[in-house]
Amino acid sequence: MKTVTAQEVKPVSYREALRAALREALLKDERVFIMGEDVGRYGGCYGVTLGLLEEFGPERIRDAPLSESAFVGAGIGAALAGMRPIVEVMTVNFSLLALDQIMNNAATLLHMSGGQLNVPLVIRLTTGAGRQVAAQHSHSLEGWYAHIPGLRIVAPATVEDARGMLWTALEDPDPVLIFEHAGLYNATSELSPDAGPVDIDSAAIRRPGRDVTLIAYGGMLPKAMAAAGQLAADGIEAEVVDLRTLRPLDDATVLASVRRTHRVVIADEGWRSGSLSAEISARITEQAFYDLDAPVERVCTAEVPIPYAWHLEEAALPQPETIAAAVRRAVG
Amino acid sequence: MTRRRTAGAVPDEGRHRLDLLREMLRIRRFEEQCVELYSAAKIRGFLHLYIGEEAVAVGVCQALTPDDPVVATYREHGHALARGVSMDSLMAEMFAKVTGCSRGRGGSMHIFDAGRRFYGGNAIVGGGLPLAVGMALADKMRGISRVTACFFGDGAVAEGEFHESANLAALWDLPVLFCCENNGYAMGTALERAHAETDLAARAGSYGMVSWAVDGMDVLAVEHAARRAAEAVRDGGGPHFLELRTYRFRAHSMYDPDRYRDKAEIEAWKARDPITALTAHLKQSGQLTDHDLEVLEKEIAAEIAQAIDAAEAADTEPVEDLTKFVYSPRPT
Amino acid sequence: MAEFRMPSLGADMDEGTILEWLVKTGDEVHKGDIVAVVDTAKAAVEVECFASGVIGDILIQPGQTVPVGTLLAMINPAGEAAPPPRAVVPATAAPPPPAPAPAPARGRAAAAVAPAPSPVIRHLARELGVDLGKLHGTGPGGKVTHADVEAAAAARKRLRVSPLARRLAAELGVDLTVVTGTGSGGAIRADDVRRAAAAAGTAPVRAAPEAAERQAAPPPAVAAQPAGRLETEQAAERQAAMRRAIGNLMARSKREIPHYYLSTTIDLEPAVQWLRNRNRDLPVPSRIVPAALLLKAAALAAREVPQMNGFWKDDHFVAAQHVHLGVAISLRDAGMVAPAIHDADTLPVTDLMACLRDLVTRARTGRLRGSEMTDPTITVTNLGDRGVETVFGVIYPPQVALAGFGKVTSAPCAVGGLLGVRSQVTATLAADHRASDGYTGARYLEAVTRLLQKPEKL
Repeated sequence: MKTVTAQEVKPVSYREALRAALREALLKDERVFIMGEDVGRYGGCYGVTLGLLEEFGPERIRDAPLSESAFVGAGIGAALAGMRPIVEVMTVNFSLLALDQIMNNAATLLHMSGGQLNVPLVIRLTTGAGRQVAAQHSHSLEGWYAHIPGLRIVAPATVEDARGMLWTALEDPDPVLIFEHAGLYNATSELSPDAGPVDIDSAAIRRPGRDVTLIAYGGMLPKAMAAAGQLAADGIEAEVVDLRTLRPLDDATVLASVRRTHRVVIADEGWRSGSLSAEISARITEQAFYDLDAPVERVCTAEVPIPYAWHLEEAALPQPETIAAAVRRAVG
Repeated sequence: MTRRRTAGAVPDEGRHRLDLLREMLRIRRFEEQCVELYSAAKIRGFLHLYIGEEAVAVGVCQALTPDDPVVATYREHGHALARGVSMDSLMAEMFAKVTGCSRGRGGSMHIFDAGRRFYGGNAIVGGGLPLAVGMALADKMRGISRVTACFFGDGAVAEGEFHESANLAALWDLPVLFCCENNGYAMGTALERAHAETDLAARAGSYGMVSWAVDGMDVLAVEHAARRAAEAVRDGGGPHFLELRTYRFRAHSMYDPDRYRDKAEIEAWKARDPITALTAHLKQSGQLTDHDLEVLEKEIAAEIAQAIDAAEAADTEPVEDLTKFVYSPRPT
Repeated sequence: MAEFRMPSLGADMDEGTILEWLVKTGDEVHKGDIVAVVDTAKAAVEVECFASGVIGDILIQPGQTVPVGTLLAMINPAGEAAPPPRAVVPATAAPPPPAPAPAPARGRAAAAVAPAPSPVIRHLARELGVDLGKLHGTGPGGKVTHADVEAAAAARKRLRVSPLARRLAAELGVDLTVVTGTGSGGAIRADDVRRAAAAAGTAPVRAAPEAAERQAAPPPAVAAQPAGRLETEQAAERQAAMRRAIGNLMARSKREIPHYYLSTTIDLEPAVQWLRNRNRDLPVPSRIVPAALLLKAAALAAREVPQMNGFWKDDHFVAAQHVHLGVAISLRDAGMVAPAIHDADTLPVTDLMACLRDLVTRARTGRLRGSEMTDPTITVTNLGDRGVETVFGVIYPPQVALAGFGKVTSAPCAVGGLLGVRSQVTATLAADHRASDGYTGARYLEAVTRLLQKPEKL
């Protein structure tokens, strides 16, 4: 056992944590390789893979041509053939070019082949808005992917999860999609140097509270935490639940919290209609209806393509203030 | 030194040609029986017949070792049989029985047999191409000398996935044997109505791979071309592309009224039936008697009858196992 | 001028209590209108009037118990000098009309716009506190319907209560109608219920941690108990009264009627097969149960053997004109009733099945019609679903026969010289020896047996 002293706990960024996880994977398992657009020379469009080409060489850090379907599909093929590929897709919007491969092959092969072919593939995708990159680089489509049986969908919201989810995902025999919120890459927090793999099954309570369950994931978590801070000043104690894994959803943690607080607010950067928040809300009413003391409140992105203008983008997105207001409505 | 495991030189040319005839006849008779079983509602769903194109699958498979992966399309009964997938498990799959190669989850379009390195069974036109590229990538990265054979139709050449995959395979020098079964129609759309340039081999060549067109109605020509190409691929010559010009004698599927083709055109192609041609050739050269053919037909009929009996008698998957194989079993 | 008297709602009914008048003096009624609710010790029964006209003086007030045949009210022919409209009569001068019920119906009638609401609607409106004058009817010609009144009541009475608050209120015995909601739109929430419970001095006010409260919560509030106890006592009283009524009737039957009993085993195989085929095409809720076939056969046999279908009155048998088949229905808490399915011999089996379902539902919710209680001409009791094989019943006076069916069993049976396993049922007949002899009774069972061999003809 190693004892961690205060000095060893260093501030680490989400990006660095992801990179450390990738390095660890490349070092630990020679079947692991990274494939995607500009993951090598460029260092990754968000700088996550910076330096890995130099360390591991072009065979394992593969710059792929701009052909999402081909390199995501090739990742599936390589996984079928015994490798452990990590495919990076620049943004979730671009993943639509590979949707055929993800939906029709990665998610279905195991079942369609009667259990013969499993696909141990990891796909990393950047999601989310907040950087004025407008309507083709800003969307939160993880809820779409969370609709698909056969996939596991995770959304690291903390530096610790950015560090720890990848290895567990690589060990999963089935395809795992990791959604990294673009707004989180620079987030920094203290991380123990021996931080390692974390589970990718359960939700986590990031802040306990008795008055309301505030559910968030990915980029919404810091905003939910900020809202909870504001509310605490008014004596409202929000329990913040970080979903972490969007499929399969950890109903147990969510429902246990709802049964303690009796009120729910869901913050989801996806659009409201047919969203993940809708699914969670439905599950709560299905399974904890008689524990609810107020209607489930949702704070989602306005139903528009994300606009370029800063003030419009801000207005479109859930913010700590709008989340806090929803909590106040629920707590009344 | 890479292992050199081609199918090897033909020990006895006469016997080998009889084997080719046998393989083609097995496919033809199997599918003819499938039509009858479909009409009797024993087989349901889509049923795409390979009749007329048998020389392609049989010819190409001669050039493959048991270790080479094969990726095929939804018109893949012929490839599966030529690859050695047992007729029993194929027929049981058509019958949706648990003894089917995909445990009744796939059906006619999704034949998988990991043991035979037969990777389906892909019903998205072009969907198998990236997979094949990925398998070849895995082999190349691991220094395994294998050829991944990927079958697809002329329709797939219109898909972006073909061009992405061709580019990627050529770019990375991957051991893929692209086998384009050009039967002149993408479902009901004739080649010249869909492609600005109908010389498909020429288009593949534009990606810098060796490619040429072959008479797909002549099993000996197909075998010859496939051996040449596969050997080159195996020797590190990068991906090769064969345009196998062939024709399906029957409609696209059981639902297809076949209104888009001239009867005269069909008859003209039928005159070039690969089975008739090889039979005539063997008889002419004294390698096959009427009696031999009769015996051969009887053996095949017995194999089919046995497969039907076994399929009829087999169990179906218990409905409790419906959601099995959506995710791999997890260690607890 | 017609008289409206306390009806006899069954041979076991000697007296009845007016629970409620659904009309008041001056109301126009039509033959067949439900005008009052009468308690018969077995059930609250809606009774209809048999004349059209205008209700005159109401002679018996709610709560009064009077013998069968007592004059309850007069029904004056419409158009004859009837009591003047209520509007011009000082309230105090009128014979006590129940409550300060508004008379919007009259106003509407005067305006000749929409037909006046029926007595049942007026009663329902009064019961639910709905002002009919403010209702816009959706029925034909703008007539106010049952649904209109209920919708109006629902719109007015629906409380906004959170699911948790509703659950807590039930646990703590808090009456939600007296709780003030502090949530959005006045919604009652858990804290409001806790406050109300605390005010009643029953349950702890909300305290964190919640778990502690959960454990402390369940004992029902003292404040809520009296109402609960009252209901329990009333139910017990009703049960006792019903047992007494059944006891009196059955004792009279055994005292007065010389019963004779016959029994036979019937091959039900054709009927069971036929039902199986028939039900295959029917949606689950409409499936026919074997009991319906048995009832139909019993009804048809009663038509064939009229000596079983009628009444023993004044020392002689009076054959009935129709077959109104009494069906013994056990009530959930205790006791039983045997209301009639009218003209059961003429109903197709599917209709008979629907009638049976409807009758059971209404019997168990106390909504039987007076005519259903008085009209049976022969009764059937079926204890098959309780696993009984043979039932020897007691005749309902003044009826003269009671047919009984046991459970449908599978038994070895010789048919056409071959032994096979077939579905069977034991049918019995209890009949009044004053009205018939065993030979006639045997004809009845014979007819039932024969009819059940051709289920398709039933």
